[in-house]
Amino acid sequence: MTTTARAPSARVDNPLPTVSLSKSSPRHGEKVVVGWLFLCAAFSVLVTVGIVLSLIPPTIEFFNRVAPADFFSTDFWAPTNSGNPGFGVLRLIVGTLNVTLWALLIAIPAGLGAAIYLSEYAGRTSRKILKPVLEVLEGVPTVAYGFFALTFVTPILREIWPTFLPGRLGEPPGIFSAASAGLVMGVMIIPTVASISQDAMSAVPSGLRQAAYGLGSTRMQVATRVVVPAAMSGIVASFVLGVSRAIGETMIVLLAAGAAANLTMWPNDSVLTMTTFIARTSTGDIGTGTTTYYTIFAVGSVLFVMTFLMNMVSIALVRRFRETYE
Amino acid sequence: MNGANRVAVAGARRTTELRLDGSGRGGRWKGEVFRALLIFCLVIAFVTLLAVIVQASVRGMPRIDLNLITQMPSTLDRETSGMQSAIFGTIYVMVGLIVTVVPIGVSAAIFLEEFADGTKWWVRFIELNVQNLAAVPSIVFGILGLAFIVRGPLDLGTVAYAGSLTLALLVLPTVILASREAIRAVPTSLRQASLGLGATKWQTIWHHVLPSAVPGIVTGTILALSRAIGETAPLLLVGATVFVTYNPDGFFEGAYTVLPVQIFQWAVRPQEEFRILAAAGIILLLAVLLVMNSIAIWIRNKYTRDA
Repeated sequence: MTTTARAPSARVDNPLPTVSLSKSSPRHGEKVVVGWLFLCAAFSVLVTVGIVLSLIPPTIEFFNRVAPADFFSTDFWAPTNSGNPGFGVLRLIVGTLNVTLWALLIAIPAGLGAAIYLSEYAGRTSRKILKPVLEVLEGVPTVAYGFFALTFVTPILREIWPTFLPGRLGEPPGIFSAASAGLVMGVMIIPTVASISQDAMSAVPSGLRQAAYGLGSTRMQVATRVVVPAAMSGIVASFVLGVSRAIGETMIVLLAAGAAANLTMWPNDSVLTMTTFIARTSTGDIGTGTTTYYTIFAVGSVLFVMTFLMNMVSIALVRRFRETYE
Repeated sequence: MNGANRVAVAGARRTTELRLDGSGRGGRWKGEVFRALLIFCLVIAFVTLLAVIVQASVRGMPRIDLNLITQMPSTLDRETSGMQSAIFGTIYVMVGLIVTVVPIGVSAAIFLEEFADGTKWWVRFIELNVQNLAAVPSIVFGILGLAFIVRGPLDLGTVAYAGSLTLALLVLPTVILASREAIRAVPTSLRQASLGLGATKWQTIWHHVLPSAVPGIVTGTILALSRAIGETAPLLLVGATVFVTYNPDGFFEGAYTVLPVQIFQWAVRPQEEFRILAAAGIILLLAVLLVMNSIAIWIRNKYTRDA
C-alpha cells in the first residue's frame, strides 16, 4: 500500500522507478548449500586419493623388505614360506592373464556380435526387450557366477574335455581350472562389451549407412565395413574395459580357478590370480606387519595401476567417438 | 503362352533376379549366416543366464524352507542350518549404505549438473575421476576399507557400518552418474520458468528440478544398490568373513556377515549339504535382486507414462 501512495511523487523526478536487480537478501544459506554440494563432488576425488594413500605406504614398506627385482622379474612365489620366501609377482600376473585370455575369447566376439545385432539388425521392439535382459546378466552377483563355474561348468568340462588333444592340453582339468573361471567370466563380461560397442555404433551417423546402401552394399557389408570401422574407437574402448573387468574380477576366480600359483597359460591348469591372492591372504590368519601382509598391498598396487591405465585408455577412446559423432 | 515359353521366361527372370539379389557380393546366403552368428552371440549370453538361474534353483530347491531364514548358520546341523545372521547383516549393511551414499551421491550430482562449469579443468578432473572410479576393481575398495575404515584413521573395526561405508565408496560413482542423468533429463524450460519468476537458483533446484528428477534418481539408485547387495569381494576384506552365528548388535558393534559372503563360505565347502545351502542362498539373493529391479522398472514406467 505504501508503494502505491508514494508512486506519484516518485514519477515526477524519475519517469521509471528504479528497480534494484541485486539480491534482496544475501542468502548465506544458499552459499552453505552450494559449499556442501561442492564438498560432495570433491569427495569422489578424495576416494581416489584414499585408494592411492592406502596402497602407497604399505607398498613402500614392502619394497624396503623385498628388492623390486625379486618382485617384478622372478617367478619364485612363496610369500608365506618363512625360511625361503619368494615374491615373484610374475606368477600372479601370468595367472591373471591366463584367465583373462579365455574370458576375452568369449566376451570379445560374443559382445561385438551382440552389439552389431542390437545396433544394426534388431527392430525397435526387440531391442527394447533384448537390452534389459542383457543388462540383467551384468547384475547377477559374481558369487553366483563363481558357484555356477565351480559346480556346473567344471564338472561338464571334466566330462567333455577333448582328451584326444596331444600332450598337456589333452589332460582334463582338475577341480579348479583357468578354463572354467575364464569361460564364465567371459559370459559375465559380454554385456559390458556389448553395451559400450552398441553405443558407439548407434552414434555413427545414418548418412554413412545410407550412402553405403545407395552404393549397393548388403546389410552385412554395411555392418562390417562401414559401421564397425566408423565406431572402432568405441569398440576398442569396450574391449579395453572388458580386459580391465576381467583382471579385477575376484569371486569367480576365487571359487573356480584355485590357489596354485602355476606359471602356465594352459586352460586346464589351476592358477592363482592377483585378486584371488588378495582375497585369500587378507582373510587368512596373517599378522599385521609381516611381509606377507605388505604383499597384499604391493599386489593391490599392481592390480590398481594395471586397471587404472586401461580405464584411462578406455575413457579417452569413448571421448574420441563422442567428439567425432555427437 | 505355351509351357516351353513359360519356363524360358521364368528362367530368364530368375537369372536376372539372382544376379541382383546380392549374390555377387557375398550373397543372400552369406548374409543369413552372418545374421545367425550374431543371434548366436546373444543366445550364448541368454542361455548362460538361464543356466545360472535354473542350476541354482534345481540345486537349492530342497533347502528353500523356513529354516533358511529362521536358523543361524551352523556347520554341525547341516540339514537345518539357515542364514538368518547373513540376512540381518545384509539389512544392516544396506540401511547404512543408503543413508550414506544417497545424500552424498545426489549432492555431488546436483553440483556437477547445475553449478559446475564444464569448461573448468577441475570440473573435468572430477568428472574423469568419477568415470575412472566406476571401473576400479571392487577388491581395491576392499583394500581401501581395510586400511582406512576398519583400521587406520576411522578405526571402526569389523562392524556392519564398515561394510556399509566400503560399499558406499564403491557405488558412489554409479549413484552420481545415474543421478546426473536424471537431473539432466529435466527440461531447461522448467528451470527458466522458475528463474524467470524470480526464484533463486537453489529454490529452482529444490522446488522444481529435484522433484521432477526424483523418479529417475530413485530408479538409478535402486539399480546401484542392487549391485552393492550382491558384492562379495570387498566385504571379505572388511570383516564379513568370520563365521557369524548371531545377528549384528548394531551398526557400530558386533561382528556381521552378509548373504553373498555366507553363500561363498558354503560354496567352498565340499559337502553336498553346504553346496545345496549355497544354491538356496543364491536363489534368495536373486529373488531380492528381482524384486529390487522390478521396483526400479515399475517406477520408471509409471513416471514415463505420466510425463
